[in-house]
Amino acid sequence: MSRFLLPLGVFLLLAVVLGIGIWHAPEKGVVTSPLLGKPAPQFSLPDLNQPTHQVRSVDLKGRWYLFNVWGTWCVECRAEHDMLLRVQRAGLVPLIGLDWKDDASQARAWLTQLGNPYQAVAVDTSGRVAIDWGVYGAPETFLVNPRGIVVYKHVGALTDAVWSKEILPRVSAAPPGKS
Amino acid sequence: MLPELGHFALILALLLAALQAFFGVAGAARGNERWMAAVTTAVAGQAVMVATAVACLMASFVGNDFSVAYVAENSNSALPLFYRVAALWGAHEGSLLLWIFLLAMWTVAVAFGARRLPPRLSARVLGVLGLVSFGFLLFTLATSNPFLRLDPAAADGRDLNPILQDPGLAVHPPILYTGYVGFSVAFAFACAAMLEGRLDQNWARWTRPWTVTAWSFLTCGIALGSFWAYYELGWGGFWFWDPVENASFMPWLVGTALIHSLAVTDKRGLFKSWTLLLAILAFSLSLLGTFLVRSGVLVSVHSFAADPQRGIFILAFLIIMIGGALGLYAWRAPQLRSNAGFELGARESFLLFNNILLVIAAGTVFAGTLAPLIADALKLGALSVGPPYFNPTFLMSVLPLLALLSLGIHANWKRGRLQDKQRTLLYTLIAAAVLACGLAFGLYGRGRLLTAVGATLGVWIILASLVDPVDRWRRGLSLSRGVVGMTVAHVGLGLAVIALTTVQSFTVERDVALSPGASVAAAGYEFRFQGVRAVEGPNYSAIAATVVVTHHGAAVAVLQPQKRQYWVQRQVTSETAIRMYRGDNILLALGEDLGAGRWSVRVQIRPLVSLVWLAAFIMACGGALAASDRRYRAAKAAVPVAQGAVTEPGA
Amino acid sequence: MSPKRWVWGLAAASLLATAQVAWGVDPTQLSDPRLQARYESLTHELRCMQCQNESLADSPVDLAADLRHEVRDMLLAGKSDDEVRAWMAARYGDFILFRPRYSLRNAWLWGAPAALLLVGALVAWRVVRQRSALLAADPEPLEGDGQP
Repeated sequence: MSRFLLPLGVFLLLAVVLGIGIWHAPEKGVVTSPLLGKPAPQFSLPDLNQPTHQVRSVDLKGRWYLFNVWGTWCVECRAEHDMLLRVQRAGLVPLIGLDWKDDASQARAWLTQLGNPYQAVAVDTSGRVAIDWGVYGAPETFLVNPRGIVVYKHVGALTDAVWSKEILPRVSAAPPGKS
Repeated sequence: MLPELGHFALILALLLAALQAFFGVAGAARGNERWMAAVTTAVAGQAVMVATAVACLMASFVGNDFSVAYVAENSNSALPLFYRVAALWGAHEGSLLLWIFLLAMWTVAVAFGARRLPPRLSARVLGVLGLVSFGFLLFTLATSNPFLRLDPAAADGRDLNPILQDPGLAVHPPILYTGYVGFSVAFAFACAAMLEGRLDQNWARWTRPWTVTAWSFLTCGIALGSFWAYYELGWGGFWFWDPVENASFMPWLVGTALIHSLAVTDKRGLFKSWTLLLAILAFSLSLLGTFLVRSGVLVSVHSFAADPQRGIFILAFLIIMIGGALGLYAWRAPQLRSNAGFELGARESFLLFNNILLVIAAGTVFAGTLAPLIADALKLGALSVGPPYFNPTFLMSVLPLLALLSLGIHANWKRGRLQDKQRTLLYTLIAAAVLACGLAFGLYGRGRLLTAVGATLGVWIILASLVDPVDRWRRGLSLSRGVVGMTVAHVGLGLAVIALTTVQSFTVERDVALSPGASVAAAGYEFRFQGVRAVEGPNYSAIAATVVVTHHGAAVAVLQPQKRQYWVQRQVTSETAIRMYRGDNILLALGEDLGAGRWSVRVQIRPLVSLVWLAAFIMACGGALAASDRRYRAAKAAVPVAQGAVTEPGA
Repeated sequence: MSPKRWVWGLAAASLLATAQVAWGVDPTQLSDPRLQARYESLTHELRCMQCQNESLADSPVDLAADLRHEVRDMLLAGKSDDEVRAWMAARYGDFILFRPRYSLRNAWLWGAPAALLLVGALVAWRVVRQRSALLAADPEPLEGDGQP
């Protein structure tokens, strides 16, 4: 007798799984980064504005920073640029840029024309560093804590909502300057 | 004006579907003859309303009415008329309307055929179909209305996706959906039997032709989709285990089990619960497929624009219909027992194994398709499943099935008497092995173990299927359409196995960089690249390459693969040049400009790939033949059958 | 239109489009045929992260070309197939693998077919036994002639 109830039981279980699937559906386009909770990938790349100087991950340890991957060819990056300027003006977390597979002179012209929100911009012509960070579509922004651990990743243009709901709370939770 | 008329027609159709469902189910339950008679009126009315809605939308497309949002999204004034018509089902809302339209057509057909059925059964069947229609109409009107207006109207449309601008669009969705939707008829028959509390051999005989016809359409639809993907995408693949493909393949596998299970129920009154469950399962998988491609829960090459809200609606619909049916099953199935027996080597046994293996095959495809979802729900991390999973696991259940097929065909009902057929089976197996391996290694000089196994099984199936019918034919005995259809379908399957084995074992693929004048050799062919030039099409600009193909020196063809950019949607597509030559399919695709006149080019030689689709078509023909057997067209219901009894309390 | 912009537009369009629009050709040739075979098999097993359900081998986008390059470099440096897969998964997650990992977490997936076959065999055995027993009580033979 009970075995005839089995199909119904299995189906209801499936319905629950599908329900959860829909619930999570809005996040489907975004792949969870395996870097969360792990140390940020090390890198040492030329600085966009001072080509003889290197932007290095070791130098960035000891404080929070936002690692923003962008390029002049990227339409969404243009859209988020104003938000990045606002983040810079807030002065709470510095922005480190990664100019991904781009033309350096075009990048410099872009920043001159639109304003430069970055404390420093690393030039990744080969794309190797971006791959190390698991970047698959610009713009992407990573939040790294003073111990060098990646605590949050956002894919797509940075918005006010993301800034106030995801980034600020994490930064404010720890007292400033603490390692 | 017309769009509003169409919208109104859909609303009326919704009401009529509700009446159809009510009069059908309640009328039969209460034995109210007037209500039951009213069902056919509701069916007719609904069909007329749905047809009206489709006609209105069609008129909007043909007339370039860009004030209708759906038309503006999917059409363009520069789009040729043929595609303006086919664009109707090119996206989500329109494809739903196509579903509803085909369901209405099937319902009308069933209403005609139902004149031979007992009135209560036919009322229930049409009532359940009305319920399904109601659900889809409600879904369409609530979340996916194709008649929404744009204010202000668009100046011109966004154009049909270039991938869809191909004759395949005109045939693949309608035929595929006819199959999909057709399983709702089997579902309706199953629900009617459960509501009535009775399932006998007559019921099986009435259900069979509808189910086999739906199965034939689904076979054609899937084959067309694969064929179309092959020619349109041109990258040599014809099956990607993509979630949307799997969504049509799972109902097909279960549907195949269903038509065989119905045969047993018809012949011996056995496997009743199995048949019921399979009918419910086949339809559930059709609905599930609809859910998967429109709700955004899965990433796929061809999901429609994802919308979780639609997903919730379909899920609710699924729970009500399938949960309801399975509840009915849990209630009624225990009462459907029979005391008929059979031995291990009997035909029933083989059909039992057939059922089980097909369901397992569907189950493994199911597991792989839903794995990302399940892993996400159970917090098992991100998961991605592709051909490296599906290929080996699918073979695990299908290879035993193919091996058992040849044996099962020769088994008698009840007492198999396979010992009498030992010699026949052995000779056909040996002949198959020799023929298959001889040809494979003789023509290609290489192969894997799977090549030998697959080819042997394919040839064996053909030989084993033909032995008895040919023998009867030579002796001048009659062959019913049912037997001929079965033989044709099984031969088709054997051909498909041979074709698939050949393609998988002997395809040659080369990616090369070529300068003008350079050539590359593959599988006995030589491809000489002559350079590229610019060309213009009706709604695109392209770069066309010229490649001269020869086979051992003899001229074969001059192929011109292109890379096109469509003006409106600005998508870049690759148009592969495909040519058939002596059973081989030659594909040539243009890659990237590597500078200095050099281009990357992909060359593929795929032997016997066209046989895959031809074989599927042959299978479908076999099904159609079998469905038209005279037994099913008998004038009135046959006398109640004594064996394989009706409801037996207890067990 | 620069190739980059084309690629980004493609990636954005692929979120809306109903089908894949263009594929890529990979003319990479490694001198050692065994390495070439492993290269082809790996690039077909790894997902293009900017496409919908395409492998690295078939993708036209820059990222896929970069990742194919990494695979090539790793193979030339003597890494094993598993090391290549692990390297990719460490950066992009298991989602980049078309072949789910053989791990305890995925045991349910890889074990499902075998488990189903086992259950199926049990069911078949039970039914055949039951029906054979019923047959013993039924003396009348039914000569079938292959009528379906």
